[in-house]
Amino acid sequence: MTKIEFWQGNTACAEGALAAGCQFFAGYPITPSTEVAEHIAAKLPKRNGVFVQMEDEIASMAAIIGASWTGARAMTSTSGPGFSLMMENIGFAAMTETPCVIVNVQRGGPSTGQPTMAAQGDMMQCRFGSHGDYSIIALAPATVQEMYELTAKSFNLADQYRVPVFLMADEIVGHMRERITLPDKIEQVPRRELEKGVLPFHPNENLIPGFATFGKGHGVHVTGLTHDERGYPCTTNPNVHAHLVKRLVDKIENARTAIADYDVINPDAEKVFVSYGAPVRTVQQVLHDRNTEDIGFLRLRTIWPFAEDALKKFKNVREFLVPELNMGQIAREIERHVNVPVISLPKLGGDLHLPEELEAALVVNR
Amino acid sequence: MTYEDWFRKDRLPHIYCAGCGNGTIINCTLAAIDQMNWNKDETVFISGIGCSSRAPGYIVTDSLHTTHGRALAFATGVKLANPKLNVVIFTGDGDLAAIGGNHFIHACRRNIDITVICMNNQIYGMTGGQGSPTTPKGCFSTTTPYGSAESPFDLCELAIAAGANYVARWTSYHVKELEKAVKVGLETPGFSFIEAMTQCPTNFGRRNKFKEVLDQVEALKTHALLKAKRDRMIEQGENIPDDFFIIGELIRRNRPAMGVKT
Repeated sequence: MTKIEFWQGNTACAEGALAAGCQFFAGYPITPSTEVAEHIAAKLPKRNGVFVQMEDEIASMAAIIGASWTGARAMTSTSGPGFSLMMENIGFAAMTETPCVIVNVQRGGPSTGQPTMAAQGDMMQCRFGSHGDYSIIALAPATVQEMYELTAKSFNLADQYRVPVFLMADEIVGHMRERITLPDKIEQVPRRELEKGVLPFHPNENLIPGFATFGKGHGVHVTGLTHDERGYPCTTNPNVHAHLVKRLVDKIENARTAIADYDVINPDAEKVFVSYGAPVRTVQQVLHDRNTEDIGFLRLRTIWPFAEDALKKFKNVREFLVPELNMGQIAREIERHVNVPVISLPKLGGDLHLPEELEAALVVNR
Repeated sequence: MTYEDWFRKDRLPHIYCAGCGNGTIINCTLAAIDQMNWNKDETVFISGIGCSSRAPGYIVTDSLHTTHGRALAFATGVKLANPKLNVVIFTGDGDLAAIGGNHFIHACRRNIDITVICMNNQIYGMTGGQGSPTTPKGCFSTTTPYGSAESPFDLCELAIAAGANYVARWTSYHVKELEKAVKVGLETPGFSFIEAMTQCPTNFGRRNKFKEVLDQVEALKTHALLKAKRDRMIEQGENIPDDFFIIGELIRRNRPAMGVKT
């Protein structure tokens, strides 16, 4: 029996995490994400899980990585200023291939910016925010339903690819309330345990090593230093470093088709909106109001690795229009992949685009 | 298991300089752990960044070599997620007291059931000898070329004030006492902090008129004042010189702890 609820996005996120078997949450209060932590603080201890409020976001990120190495599904949630603090240990998680889920309910930045207003200004930070080369997975929900489903999905992706997975929400999706249909059960894809006799950082055919859970007798050494397949520091051999970093990137980028999650609407159109997160709702309104098939829409749920093949589904496209609550972060990514004009439609300040603003962009002669 | 079984022998030789005191402290710690009859599969060593923090790499158990200053925050996650694991942290004065200062006081406040061994060599050794929060006033380093102008932290006082259940300080000279203190720390539920003053001939000693390794060990010995003697001196109104530090068991108490094995 499915169940219908009327929930806030942040509540749905917390419930999605619980349904996915999240056993450990560490966080620090920050608007507009705090409700995620509050909801989990109330629920998780009753399910024999651990909630801990840490001294800052650096420590929160550290704690979920530590918990993850004991085998627990672990998560934190934050917003821009806290996200900046997490970057150090996000790099550590990428380097040590630690599964973990980071929810960012985005607000206006830079700096303290607009705590209670929506933005999508951290899309590039989640991709490139820590130093060095690495790849991650990022998802963007546009509905309360997706806050639930994509949070749950994030845990599976984290365990499957051994990588930090980002749920890049925004204040609008986090705080709006709408109807949500809860599934009976969330499928959990378990982490693959390291087999005996295999080196702890020796990858399988998908470039992913088995996980040497602490306390299971693996005697694994985990370090943020460049390491060989034994896990031992090996910092001056250029080949070891190049091989490791290339694998960290390739294990995600090679799987971009498998990870990709998007909807293609009106694939024959010449003008195509590309959107993710809260701006999806305005595009949907425009399409609904026009009630024609002349405007295309690529609705992205996976942002990183970027689903570039999705752009090719629009054979007749003459221009892509990209409404974002930032200065064109994903518009520039799209530009890298196509030979037609990409029109960035930035909106700053915290409000969504109005349907008439997008309509106006459609009629501009270029 | 014997004491030697705790070493990851395929990782040797280690990176420590000749005359470094860190090996002494690792030895004392492993000797204490060996007496606990702990299973190596249920023991985790965690560290941050610095000379001290390379220690877990030489031990056979699961080990987590983390980011600078953050070892205690990682340890909090490990211990709370699986309280069955025995968690021991190696850290240094720069790692723990400078960049990790906030995590240090909060781990003490939570009184989480872990044991922290701080190798205090009063200098940043790995990066080549910069001043740290425990570099004594007037001492030389590459970033205090005219002598440190700042007052150093007393890490034990900090741990006591912040709520740790067990706090002790010894030196690399006092090996038997240090081993015993580590063992008491391992046995005590809650946060145990053992500060081990140690020599760094390469980066502290040579800039501060210690021509031989043993000169600095001797200085640690002669400037260490047993707690009982310090108390007596205060009682008798005697003056305690500024460059002396207190050794011994400084607190043992039973505040409620987090993450204790049930």
